[in-house]
Amino acid sequence: MQLTNRSKQVSNKEMTLAEKMYLPAVISGLAITIRHFFRKKPTIQYPEVKKYLGPIYRGHHILKRDEQGRERCTACGLCAVACPAEAISMVAAERKKGEEGLYREEKYAAVYEINMLRCIFCGLCEEACPKQAVYLRHDKMVPVFQERDEVIYGKDRLVEKMDDRYIRANNSEVKTTPTEPSLTRAAT
Amino acid sequence: MDLTVLLVKGLIILIIFAITLGIAAYSTYGERKVAAFLQDRIGPNRAGPWGLLQPLADGGKMFFKEDFIPSQASKWLFILGPCLAMLTALMSSAVIPFGDTIKFGNYAIPIQAIEINIGVLYIFGVVSLGVYGIMVGGWASNNKFSLLGAIRAASQNISYEIALGLSLIAILMMSGSLSLTAIINEQATFFEWNIFTQPLGFVIFLTCAFAECNRTPFDLPECETELVGGYHTEYSSMKLGFYLFAEYINMFVSSAFISALYFGGFHYPFMNEIGQALEKSLGAITGHNVATAIGVAAYFGKILFFIFFFMWVRWTVPRFRYDQLMNLGWKTFIPLAILNVVITGAGLLYNFKYATWLIAIVMIVLAVSSMSRAPKREIVPQRG
Repeated sequence: MQLTNRSKQVSNKEMTLAEKMYLPAVISGLAITIRHFFRKKPTIQYPEVKKYLGPIYRGHHILKRDEQGRERCTACGLCAVACPAEAISMVAAERKKGEEGLYREEKYAAVYEINMLRCIFCGLCEEACPKQAVYLRHDKMVPVFQERDEVIYGKDRLVEKMDDRYIRANNSEVKTTPTEPSLTRAAT
Repeated sequence: MDLTVLLVKGLIILIIFAITLGIAAYSTYGERKVAAFLQDRIGPNRAGPWGLLQPLADGGKMFFKEDFIPSQASKWLFILGPCLAMLTALMSSAVIPFGDTIKFGNYAIPIQAIEINIGVLYIFGVVSLGVYGIMVGGWASNNKFSLLGAIRAASQNISYEIALGLSLIAILMMSGSLSLTAIINEQATFFEWNIFTQPLGFVIFLTCAFAECNRTPFDLPECETELVGGYHTEYSSMKLGFYLFAEYINMFVSSAFISALYFGGFHYPFMNEIGQALEKSLGAITGHNVATAIGVAAYFGKILFFIFFFMWVRWTVPRFRYDQLMNLGWKTFIPLAILNVVITGAGLLYNFKYATWLIAIVMIVLAVSSMSRAPKREIVPQRG
């Protein structure tokens, strides 16, 4: 049975004298490696230069607002139910009079927390959300944390800022914007 | 000896010592950089500009690591091992003449720590002691893998030292002296550099130098796949650092030795003409000193090239199997080196320095004819 067409017949033949001298093979090897010495390096210097990860990359979570700046989330809890890692927790509250400009529906999430140590960035919360409130940003990763109390992200870090709105770009024109904020603005 | 001469000598010893250590430290950086470049990577570039502070960072890390001594190990020998390796490595740079003389009033001081007329013998003595560092370290670890690595190192060094010495005999015959200065001065004209008169001896010497330094492709004392880590499996922190550092010092010294023996040391083409022109324009003493400085620079250029060559080979050629290594040493290099000595002697009888090219030409002819007689390799279809 042949699994690949890359298999080679092993041969046990005697080496010729030229092969036994090793030197021709060694010199040709040295020639190959020195050519690599002068080749352009494909390395991307990561923290300084960032690659565009594509429109379907799942990164930092965001809680969307609508066009009038009202939070879309109604604290239905479907994202928490869908979450396989049980990273999402929330406390629901009723909207009071005068808060219509803040929350879109009568019910809203007073507390909305995602544990970034648990989150596996599967994107099921995004799919479960009936109100299109929670998204995983395609252009921003969750920053590195050193302290344990930094890892639970509350509403202060999840709800989107009105002056820097996140819109998912599905068009292929947004391609190689290297840094994060500029990419967001280009998509808006 | 005059006090001034003594002071200047002391200064030269200190400078050579510092240069040896500095080059060894930056060889570790160079090694990583060269490895990266040969593999299409960038290598260390975070510590300082272009990563130039990387050796300091590595050294700091080494010092702060846990210094571990196995409970069943022989404690004093365990400490002695890296010390021996470091000591022997550092000692051998003493007799290498890094340049011509510095003129200083009435004195002409050679740029060399000690001028002795048995320099080559001294280096050989010290280098063959170097294996004690590895042997003692491997033995004291009380670990079978370490011991196996140490034994491998010892037998490898012994076998290759014979070929190394024999290939050198031809040079000693040509220069008629064991003093490194004399050997270097023998190669004053470009086409009398020993690389041109002793091509085969050079190849043998270079290969044996690789084996003596335990560098790839002859780094069998430390292959991870067979011996866990080899003779320094049990070593940690700065003791391991000393072993690795000693390897780089050895590399520097053998590069200096190779350049001195085969590439004319501090000589470079048109050296006399340039020296005379400098003495005419700058005055006898200053001109001479400037010419010496150029010679030293040329020498260090050669040394750095050979250090680079060591690294280049390391990241190209895979490790030999141990029986292949022994076969190569005993069945190939020793007979070839003896043949080289005989042919050189015959050439010297008739005052012909380039006699050893005969062996090289015969070998090339044999290789070409064997290649043409060999069955054509079947053309294997590449992946489709």
